[in-house]
Amino acid sequence: MAMSTTMDQVVKRAKDSFGQMFDKSLHDLVRGIRNHKDNEAKYINEAIDEIKQELKQDNISMKANAVNKLTYLQMLGYDISWSAFNIIEVMSSNKFTFKRIGYLAASQCFHEGTDVLMLTTNMIRKDLSSSSMYESAVAMSGLSCFINADLARDLANDIMTLMTSTKPYIRKRAVLLLYKVFLNNPDALKPAFPRLKEKLEDPDPGVQAAAVNVICELARRNPKNYLALAPIFFRLMTTSTNNWVLIKIIKLFGALTPLEPRLGKKLIEPLTNLIHSTSAMSLLYECINTVVAVLVSISSGLPNHNASIQLCVQKLRILIEDSDQNLKYLGLLAMSKILQTHPKSVQAHNDLIMQCLDDKDESIRLRALDLLSGMVSKKNLMDIVRKLMIHMDKSEGSHYRDELLSKIIEICSQSDYQHITNFEWYISILVELTRLEGTKHGNLIARQMLDVAVRVESIRPFACNQMAILLANAHVFIIGSSSTTVAEVLYAAAWICGEFCSYLKEPQKTLESILNTKIILFPGHIQSVYYQNILKIITYLIQSSDNDEILAKQLVAMTIDKMSIFLSSGDVEAQERASITLHILKTVLKLIEKSEFNVNELSALFDGVLNPVAAKAQRKVAIPNGLDLDAWINDPPSESEDESVTTDSRHDNSGFFYGKHEENYSSNSYSNETSNYQQPRNYVEPTTDELEKQRESRKQSENMNPFYLKDSKKTKLTQKHETSIDHSNGNESMPSTPGKGAIPANLQISLSDQLYRQSKIDEENRRLKKKSKSDGGSSKKGKKSSKKSDIAAIDENEDDIYPTVQVTRGGELPEGVTESGHEDNDDDIGSRKNKKYDPHRALNIDFNEKPIQATYTPPPSQLKEPSKKLVETPPVS
Amino acid sequence: MIKAILVFNNSAKPRLIKFFEYYPEEIQQQIVRETYHLVSKRDENVCNFLEGGSLIGGNDYRLIYRHYATLYFIFCVDSSESELGILDLIQVFVETLDKCFENVCELDLIFHADKVHYILQELCLGGMVLETSMNEIVARIEEQSKLEKQEAGISAAPAKAMTALKEMNLPQKIKDIKLPDLNLNLRF
Repeated sequence: MAMSTTMDQVVKRAKDSFGQMFDKSLHDLVRGIRNHKDNEAKYINEAIDEIKQELKQDNISMKANAVNKLTYLQMLGYDISWSAFNIIEVMSSNKFTFKRIGYLAASQCFHEGTDVLMLTTNMIRKDLSSSSMYESAVAMSGLSCFINADLARDLANDIMTLMTSTKPYIRKRAVLLLYKVFLNNPDALKPAFPRLKEKLEDPDPGVQAAAVNVICELARRNPKNYLALAPIFFRLMTTSTNNWVLIKIIKLFGALTPLEPRLGKKLIEPLTNLIHSTSAMSLLYECINTVVAVLVSISSGLPNHNASIQLCVQKLRILIEDSDQNLKYLGLLAMSKILQTHPKSVQAHNDLIMQCLDDKDESIRLRALDLLSGMVSKKNLMDIVRKLMIHMDKSEGSHYRDELLSKIIEICSQSDYQHITNFEWYISILVELTRLEGTKHGNLIARQMLDVAVRVESIRPFACNQMAILLANAHVFIIGSSSTTVAEVLYAAAWICGEFCSYLKEPQKTLESILNTKIILFPGHIQSVYYQNILKIITYLIQSSDNDEILAKQLVAMTIDKMSIFLSSGDVEAQERASITLHILKTVLKLIEKSEFNVNELSALFDGVLNPVAAKAQRKVAIPNGLDLDAWINDPPSESEDESVTTDSRHDNSGFFYGKHEENYSSNSYSNETSNYQQPRNYVEPTTDELEKQRESRKQSENMNPFYLKDSKKTKLTQKHETSIDHSNGNESMPSTPGKGAIPANLQISLSDQLYRQSKIDEENRRLKKKSKSDGGSSKKGKKSSKKSDIAAIDENEDDIYPTVQVTRGGELPEGVTESGHEDNDDDIGSRKNKKYDPHRALNIDFNEKPIQATYTPPPSQLKEPSKKLVETPPVS
Repeated sequence: MIKAILVFNNSAKPRLIKFFEYYPEEIQQQIVRETYHLVSKRDENVCNFLEGGSLIGGNDYRLIYRHYATLYFIFCVDSSESELGILDLIQVFVETLDKCFENVCELDLIFHADKVHYILQELCLGGMVLETSMNEIVARIEEQSKLEKQEAGISAAPAKAMTALKEMNLPQKIKDIKLPDLNLNLRF
């Protein structure tokens, strides 16, 4: 440090004696900043002051030096736009050295909105046509960064002229710059296009590459306008040896084929040739991508496209097996594209993708996970999930583990549990997932449990008893509940045990374990569910005891005793529910003591079946005739509240409150309410007659109101018989039974494993059975041939051998509405918004328009939208 | 299209910032910081692709980067660019720097930020790839340096002497960028 200060002094002295020649250079500035680490900002501000002085001098080299330093400071985050005029001064120097400094500064800090840009047009024009190709190139580099609509309009012709320069160095720059001109001035595209097209066949490969580059950019946004160029590109693809050009062209073809399937068919052969011959991985990868795109767009009608897919998958396997992580990553990425259309080909490489789950690179693991979800079938779901579970045990990092967890749930639940053949197994998997330490997906697991229990009727007995085990071990979830949300599963467990309590093996025991839990340590919403469901279980217990009063009394008394602690809950909602439950129970106890208790009064509280409701149900409710949603229910509140008070006090407004229509009491009458508080004298005691009248009219309106919940006579007991277990085939042994209560303290060690094994055995048995059956049937044929065809038949009809479990798919909708229409898809709005700001929209120009139109180019806003229309996708169900 | 090219060191200090689309300085610095956060926590032996940060672009954009000794070279590109191609381009860029600065190190980039820009200008224009041959780029850069020297002519001699004097003070240039094997398997 001492050394450097003395050097600074030397430099300063030298500067004083030699004058401006020794002004602080960029080098000095950088060194100064490095030597003032403690007060960098101060040093830089001083330097900026110096620079401002230097810019005031007439000496252009001093100015250039100052601007050069400013460019450096810009990189450090300093705004240098104030020096725009000085930058232009330096740009206009006739020395290349200074010009370059000026243009660099301009390219770093000028932009569309820089107002001095309008002064630059002629200067830039002069520089573009400079006899020195480096000056011209410097001008083009700079212009490409700060070009605006005016410059693009005024300089378009100059740039076009440069495209015919004798020097490829200039030509290729002019071609690339042209794209920026188009972006800023779409009108230039049409007249310039023929010349741009010529450049595709420029003798210089660099210029050719530039032209391909620009046309690819143009075509990527508006592919259909460039279909006519396909033959030229096709020729280039088969002749060019420049991999950059080939990659661009092949990518372009990927965008064009969806519009022209015939093109795709032609492409397959040259592309497969390239795949076979090239040694450049980047080219190989893009070829595979485009072949996949082609095969997607011509899914039928190509005789040997299976071979192409096989080739792609084979090559991708090589990429994935490579030690280079980049190739591995891209290989997986491309696999996922194939998966969408040819899942079977990818499924064959199940093993490889599973291996990638062990990769040290998280982005590769996540890619592999993505693939897995598309690969599951009825046949391999259990295997894949089992591997994922094992994997989850081994893996580190809670983020990745959570990712695994949500993936397991995603692949199991996709398409309404389409791939699950054994729901006992799935429930036990869900239960095992609750043991994942520190998971943030408690909510997800809980929702799954609820969803499965509601949708799959046959699973309820098993689910119920698994949930009872969770409830009995609820204390496990209290510990360490701060960082994880796993306690959420109790929400589901409590509800399932309550709602479907008729399936509980030992309901009384479950009730006791609930009551013995320190419920108030859970979040409020879980407490609420607990209290509500305590009542359900008691109701069921009393109901099923044939009005055994002693038992009922004992139960209720016990519960009241335990419940009173819960009144101290800190959550208002939970406390309220606890209190209501408690008071209902006290009332019940009183009635029992008087022998006036009828259990139906209690069970009426929980009548009715709960069915899944379709996500769109609310939207699909038709607006009743004569209902105007925009009309005010009451008169709108007047502008100022004071006024409303005064007007209210002048008029007798008792009608609002004690009128005949209770519906009048809506949030809108708040202001009236307050005014009533202020005027207690207005309070008029209604007479008994009036009260009677009101009650009468209320009852009437309740009857008329379709949304009012009425008593229904259906009781739960009848339902219980409806939901008999309907296992259509196999699985009759109900392997659930050994689970219950076997290892209550430790939850279930690996119930899912037991079920997994059982399932596999069942599957094998069914397969054998089927095989022997078909063997018997085809015994007349030659043995060898029959065997072959059997295997094929089994492979084709694998699904037959799995039990079908009834799943309530979709959900209830209002009457007469179907679950189709996507008319109000939210995605629409998002993509429309994006289009609005897309500058390429203006470049959607059809070159085949009649030449009369050439003089008139419509303003960008009137140009047609790109053809990329939102495809109506059928709902997944 | 390439949207941005960033070079910063292991402690997030920018060494080169080139945006092909306008962003105010404040945002530029924010993007550098955000990008640094994304790449710096990645291990050495993981893949070189990242889904773009929220600040730049969106779904269509990816960060493709290479890490050499103390420096990160990051290209932010959209889906029209080939991932492996851009990786090669970064390699071409770094090799060119290595040639032009004769064993490039971070200090070269620090003290010659302007020259690094000029080299980059030979590599791409307006976010599109211009030239991928290192020899061609080096030749052009040398010609331009010659032009510069001619212009400075005789008057530059004292200034040069002065620079030489100042350079004496520099802590010895540490040549710390070690290029990986140049015979890349991805080379065209």
